[in-house]
Amino acid sequence: MSGIKVNTKINGDPVEFMCEPDETLLDVLRNRLNLTGAKEGCSTGDCGACSVTVDGRLTCSCLVLGAEAEGHNIGTIEGMAHGEELHPLQKKFIEHAALQCGVCTPGFLIAAKSLLDKNPDPTETEIRFGLAGNLCRCTGYDKIVRAVQDAAKDMRKSNSRKGA
Amino acid sequence: MPLDNAPDSKRKYNVVGTRPLRPDGIDKVTGRAKFGADATAPGQLVGRILRSPHAHAKIRSIDTSKAEKLAGVKAVITRDDFPDHTDGDSGLYDTMYNIMAREKALYEGHAVAAVAATTPAIARQALKLIKVDYEVLPHVTDVDDAMKSNAPVLNNKMFTDGVDPKPKKASNVARRFEFGHGDVEAGFKRADIIVERSFKTEATHQGYIEPHAALASMSPDGSAELWCCTQGHYMVRDVCARILGIDISRLRVTQSEIGGGFGGKTTVFIEPVALALSRKANRPVKVVMTRDEVFKATGPTSATSMDIKIGVTKDGLITAADGTFRYTGGPFAGCSPAEFGAMSAFAQFHLDNVRAIGYDVLCNRPKTISYRAPGAPMANFAVESVIEELAHKLGMAPIDFRIKNAAREGTRSSYGPVYGQIGLGATLEAAKNHPHFKAPLGPNQGRGMAAGFWFNFGGQSCVSLNIPIDGTITVSVGSPDIGGSRASMCMMVAEELGIGYDQVRAIIADTSSLGHNDVTDGSRTTFATGMACILAARDAIKKLCARAAATWGIPEDAVTWEKGYAKPAGANAGNFQPLSLKEIAAASPGTGGPIAGHHEYSADGAGVSFATHICDIEIDQETGASKIVRYTVIQDAGKAVHPSYVEGQFQGGAVQGIGWALNEEYIYGKDGRLQNAGFLDYRIPVCSDLPMIDTMILEIPNPGHPYGVRGVGETSIVPPLAAIANAVAAATGVRFTQLPMSPPRILKGIEDAKASGAKKAA
Ligand code: FES
Ligand code: FES
Repeated sequence: MSGIKVNTKINGDPVEFMCEPDETLLDVLRNRLNLTGAKEGCSTGDCGACSVTVDGRLTCSCLVLGAEAEGHNIGTIEGMAHGEELHPLQKKFIEHAALQCGVCTPGFLIAAKSLLDKNPDPTETEIRFGLAGNLCRCTGYDKIVRAVQDAAKDMRKSNSRKGA
Repeated sequence: MPLDNAPDSKRKYNVVGTRPLRPDGIDKVTGRAKFGADATAPGQLVGRILRSPHAHAKIRSIDTSKAEKLAGVKAVITRDDFPDHTDGDSGLYDTMYNIMAREKALYEGHAVAAVAATTPAIARQALKLIKVDYEVLPHVTDVDDAMKSNAPVLNNKMFTDGVDPKPKKASNVARRFEFGHGDVEAGFKRADIIVERSFKTEATHQGYIEPHAALASMSPDGSAELWCCTQGHYMVRDVCARILGIDISRLRVTQSEIGGGFGGKTTVFIEPVALALSRKANRPVKVVMTRDEVFKATGPTSATSMDIKIGVTKDGLITAADGTFRYTGGPFAGCSPAEFGAMSAFAQFHLDNVRAIGYDVLCNRPKTISYRAPGAPMANFAVESVIEELAHKLGMAPIDFRIKNAAREGTRSSYGPVYGQIGLGATLEAAKNHPHFKAPLGPNQGRGMAAGFWFNFGGQSCVSLNIPIDGTITVSVGSPDIGGSRASMCMMVAEELGIGYDQVRAIIADTSSLGHNDVTDGSRTTFATGMACILAARDAIKKLCARAAATWGIPEDAVTWEKGYAKPAGANAGNFQPLSLKEIAAASPGTGGPIAGHHEYSADGAGVSFATHICDIEIDQETGASKIVRYTVIQDAGKAVHPSYVEGQFQGGAVQGIGWALNEEYIYGKDGRLQNAGFLDYRIPVCSDLPMIDTMILEIPNPGHPYGVRGVGETSIVPPLAAIANAVAAATGVRFTQLPMSPPRILKGIEDAKASGAKKAA
């Protein structure tokens, strides 16, 4: 066993871990750091359930090695709410019943947040393409798209208030 | 307080029909919810399964000695670790055979051995060290091939059931079913127009995003704990205990949050394996399937081959309907939903003469398991395609043809029972008047529709409702919540007790804490477990009233319950200040102790449900690519408890149907191996493939439920296949009789039609 020592930041906190050279970032998050919010739906980059951000970029954590996280900032679903305050996307997902079983939800939230960070006012088509890397088998996506539209609207409002 | 079950049509609801936030919402948006693979136990080992690379092979021997010697390996198991405790129960024997192959491996991916080791890498390495000596046998995966007289026979003790006399030669046909009434031949003689067509559909997978996962811990004294994602933890407990030969009560199963099931998690796969590994290693063992294993070794639905013949008079009345439905069941008898397919195929029509014959057929594919309205979508695809064609031949609008022949109250259904109040006519009329139905179509677009049916189940439920001293409520149910049912349970309890939704919390109890509950399937949970919640609440109300009566010193029947308060029933009962639920609960320690309501029963009276779907599709005539441009679901819910989740069921089912119609299929190579065991090649619909899915909830009360609730989870997957096929036919002029209608197939259809001077067009 040749453990590799890795230094990262996860959700803003410094984190140090040991991992094997063939362990994915998803394995590390789930099995070593007990951050099980990212899910393994396929391990081949096809379902998006394992979505995280690496230095702000949307990434399938099943396609990245744990060792590659060295020196990077990882964002996971566990870091999305601020204390008691849910992120607007989290609120809107609950309000719009945008989850049924909820196993895809962490991945969708991470993907939706990264979409809105880049494009605060997406069209329906832009949302649909922005979320096309995430599979949901329960909802038919309708309520997910509506939740994202609604959250985007709220976020624009509160940003313009902040700006004013 | 009416205790009979008939819905009260004048009842005004306070909670039911509103859209409160679900109780598990925050856990699920913060990543805190614990799904199957999210649990750990101290000292846990990693379990992995070795699977057959062959579609059909005799297992001469298995040598595990090298694997056992590998450092870090704590247990290796094979068929020898599953001595037969099934006691003549053939279904249970087959389940055991499916979780670990015995004499033969019956499909590619069939489990043949398993290991428990300290790390995933060691477990993987150990699998490579197991030597299995296979004698490869001829295989068959296609349903029509499997029925041929020269087909390789999977089970040489299989003599078709349901034919008289019973055949003397073994075959792959496990059983023949027949349903119907009247005289079909006579009916066809009266017909002016007859359409007869054959159809084929490929197997599809439920495609839940969460792979199966189980964490087992079994002690040498035979007591065991199991954590797993399942649609029925009581089923898991009973089946695992019987396979392992332990007392049922020794095994406690706790259900994790479940990441989708759609029928696919209504049986066991890895659970008995994890337990057997844990027993042998005497340590907790966690087994999580890979996606590849999910596709190869868990339940797809049937591949089918079907013949449909329907006759009509010139004025559009159906005189006879006849169908043959051949469904693959994988390698074991009784697994295909051929029976449901045959029963449901013509259920939406009022027919004097109808016959439906089903065949349950064995082949070298994974064991077929339920998939949302099992058996119905494919049969509906075939029948509703022919219906559309007949309407065109008659020169009648398809919607009017359907309305004219629709089943209604008093119709004797094609599968036997006479319908009570049903909502089919209402969904058809609503479709006809829907703006979607009249909207103009663009170039290369076509519109199709179809109506579909599902039975809905009742079954066993047990509910316990506890009232702590602050008067809030905990409801313990034993039905896994796969799509927001905890919210509905809380709503129904709040409704009965006359309190706020936020005063009630529902939990899913483990198998040792509550009596038996059937699997969450057949759209039974909101209906049957929901009704048990209502009846448990009524039981609690009786006890609350009794406490008030004792406090006031008046007879129990002189107390009534209204909006959260016990009140004297009338002027004669006495003049007492109403007592609130909170007051009665606070006083309970001194008035007789804890207050709880219970209900346990086997529910019947599940109301059948119907839906009509409308679909617009656009076809690229150059490439065969398709795009759904508009989709509307109209369905009778009886009574929608939480409309958002009812809509969600409509939308989710419709989109699964869209995937089935257009892209999803099991592709087998000549070697009997699955060619597309991953989400890249088995393509389920993604967000950018779809438009919004419009829904319309109709509420035609189910007479068998106090609020009129019908199951809503399954009917929505029934009509899409045909609705889309009819839309494609409208857009291209070509009638497709084989699913999926993938771009290459559509393109070929268009080109063939052109080549034959469009003669082939419907
Ligand atoms: S688990 Fe990473 S994309 Fe599916
Ligand atoms: S809510 Fe179940 S997969 Fe999306």
